[in-house]
Amino acid sequence: MVAPGSRGEVALFVTCLVDLMRPSVAFSALKLIEAAGYVAVVPEAQTCCGQPGYNSGDTAAARALACKFIAEFERFPYVVAPSGSCAGTVRTHYPDLFADEPAWRARAEALAAKTFELTQFLVDVAGVTEVPGDFNGSVTYHDSCSGLRELGVKQQPRALLDRMSGVKRIEMRECEDCCGFGGLFAVKYPDISGAIVQRKCEAIRGSGAYAVALGDLGCMMNIEGRLRRNGDELTQVIHIAELLAGDVGGQG
Amino acid sequence: MEVRSMHFVSRVRQRLEDPELQRNLKRTRGRNAASRAAAVAAFPDFDAVRARATEIRASVLRDLDVWLERFEQKAIERGATVLWARDGDHACELIIDIARRHGVRTVVKSKSMVSEEAGLNAALEAAGIRPVETDLGEYILQINDNEPPSHIIMPVIHKSKEQVSELFARVHGTAPKTDIEALTHEARAVLRPEFLGADMGLSGGNFLVAETGSVAIVTNEGNGRLCTTLPRVHVALTGIEKVIPTLEDLATLLRILPRSATGQAITNYVSMLTGPKQAGDADGPEHMYFVLVDGGRADLLGSEFEAMLRCIRCGACMNHCPVYQTIGGHSYGWVYPGPMGSVLTPLYQGLDKAMDLPHAATLCNQCGVVCPVSIPLPDLMRTLREKQVERGLRPWSERIATKLWAWVAARPKLYALGTRVAVRYLRWLADGRDRIQVMGVAPGWTAERDFPAPAAKTFRELYAERRRGGGQ
Ligand code: SF4
Repeated sequence: MVAPGSRGEVALFVTCLVDLMRPSVAFSALKLIEAAGYVAVVPEAQTCCGQPGYNSGDTAAARALACKFIAEFERFPYVVAPSGSCAGTVRTHYPDLFADEPAWRARAEALAAKTFELTQFLVDVAGVTEVPGDFNGSVTYHDSCSGLRELGVKQQPRALLDRMSGVKRIEMRECEDCCGFGGLFAVKYPDISGAIVQRKCEAIRGSGAYAVALGDLGCMMNIEGRLRRNGDELTQVIHIAELLAGDVGGQG
Repeated sequence: MEVRSMHFVSRVRQRLEDPELQRNLKRTRGRNAASRAAAVAAFPDFDAVRARATEIRASVLRDLDVWLERFEQKAIERGATVLWARDGDHACELIIDIARRHGVRTVVKSKSMVSEEAGLNAALEAAGIRPVETDLGEYILQINDNEPPSHIIMPVIHKSKEQVSELFARVHGTAPKTDIEALTHEARAVLRPEFLGADMGLSGGNFLVAETGSVAIVTNEGNGRLCTTLPRVHVALTGIEKVIPTLEDLATLLRILPRSATGQAITNYVSMLTGPKQAGDADGPEHMYFVLVDGGRADLLGSEFEAMLRCIRCGACMNHCPVYQTIGGHSYGWVYPGPMGSVLTPLYQGLDKAMDLPHAATLCNQCGVVCPVSIPLPDLMRTLREKQVERGLRPWSERIATKLWAWVAARPKLYALGTRVAVRYLRWLADGRDRIQVMGVAPGWTAERDFPAPAAKTFRELYAERRRGGGQ
């Protein structure tokens, strides 16, 4: 066990969806970062990484928020987000936003290099093997697209889940298939999105797991919302941070 | 082919409500993806070949004019005629002209997507020339009232064998049969005399080899070979971007194309056609023409969309796309469906004619991961979204919404207030339950799923309280 705080500061990016919808995810993330021996800092003026504007094609809006984000976070040795898609935005897309502005581009690249999705940070950077949480039940993991394909998050959450004693990990079929969230896609093309998330829910149910864990709030709201709409009140939908921190109950 | 992409949303709805189509999509879903995965796993060099293939295609595009000139020179040396078409209509004119000069009445066709782009069949018919599709899938579509293909390599993937059986029985006047082999035999019996009687064969081309002036055609049916060797005249119709430098490059691309498309190590037929029949040759056409179409391609050179021209038409992107797998190829409203079509259609037909296509993607990037020539399809879709915003083509409500969000998010105090109010509002909507079932601001969301109710306070509020209370 590393002494708390001995490994320096980590800035937590509390994504806008976490801030608005599920604050507990950020508290769990803080707990995990601290348990790994770091001082977790929450820069106060932070808001949104700019992804909605970026994906809508409004580059000017995205760039304005990226500048703000860079200025707030670049002084920290590490930046961690409990979201593969927000971490992915910073890591893989911020540099592209400043193709024509070398000074900003350099700053964006420097920040990108030290920005991580939560489980990626815990395993690849902090070398964590023990997590504070315990959970009793079977869990299946949904690979969210950005975390998986932009950041290579695949083994990290699974490795951590496997270290938790009460957890029985089950793979669902097509665990890497998109859940149909896609940000505004879910609102603009509800029927396509609905059909895609329906398949995801069937895969989750088919796995027989008690709970589905995942690393992105967008997918989480989409999947949970569809399961409930289908009348499934039992399958728990849990953010990986809450699970690893021990902030959710298991099968009792 | 007429572009119908502006009716995307209504077309999608019809497709989602078509139980037969949904059954057919479900049956084929994942099949090609699984075959590709197996082929990639069995081919340890896949990534290296993919990198090489990407480089070959990228390097050709850097000097496309040079390679095209070299191709033309070699093709002429071998006795072929090379014609350049500005666009699809021009290509049709050139082909009808060739047909008239050679007294052609019937044209047997092997699969060519560029011919779909050009609407060649309709143009031939209008000129009194009879086109006959000979690829089994394309034949099925032609006898079904000229239905358009729904996939670039499996044009009838949206149909079941029962539907084909019913169609054959009706059109051929034969007894219905659902045995695929028997159906294939029936089509073959109809097509055989056509091959023998046709005056012209028209093919597409997977690659044009500059080194030799040849066209390479990759198929799983023998029809391509028959179309290009039996009739007196052979016309190869392709886009100008299909050229590659050498036979060595062809070998590399042939290792990756069928594996990406169907998971095959190699297709049943690979034909290399170089010039017309020479003195002493046993068979082959007396006249060979290349019709090379621009149709918007040259404009992409040197632009931020140049990478799209690397496409080798393998179909892997659509085989892996969750959206394509849900709505089928016809929803996209033009020749090219799926992710590649969502980029190509707006580029070739105009951004305003395909407003939805670049948006109707979750940006999950499955397509980008499987594309054998590493085309960053989601990035290109996003760039198209940018162009639409720049040109003011998006609905004003959407433009205002992103601007407003960015404006608020740039002001932390206002943002904190806004989120606080939003949480209260959502809690009020939830009315004591843990979910919201009808929501006015995003009706699309609650049409298909519940909206989980937020916690009572934002993280910001709770964190401030914790710091005050706990003195941390
Ligand atoms: S974009 Fe890539 S994956 Fe799609 S058809 Fe073209 S080469 Fe194949």
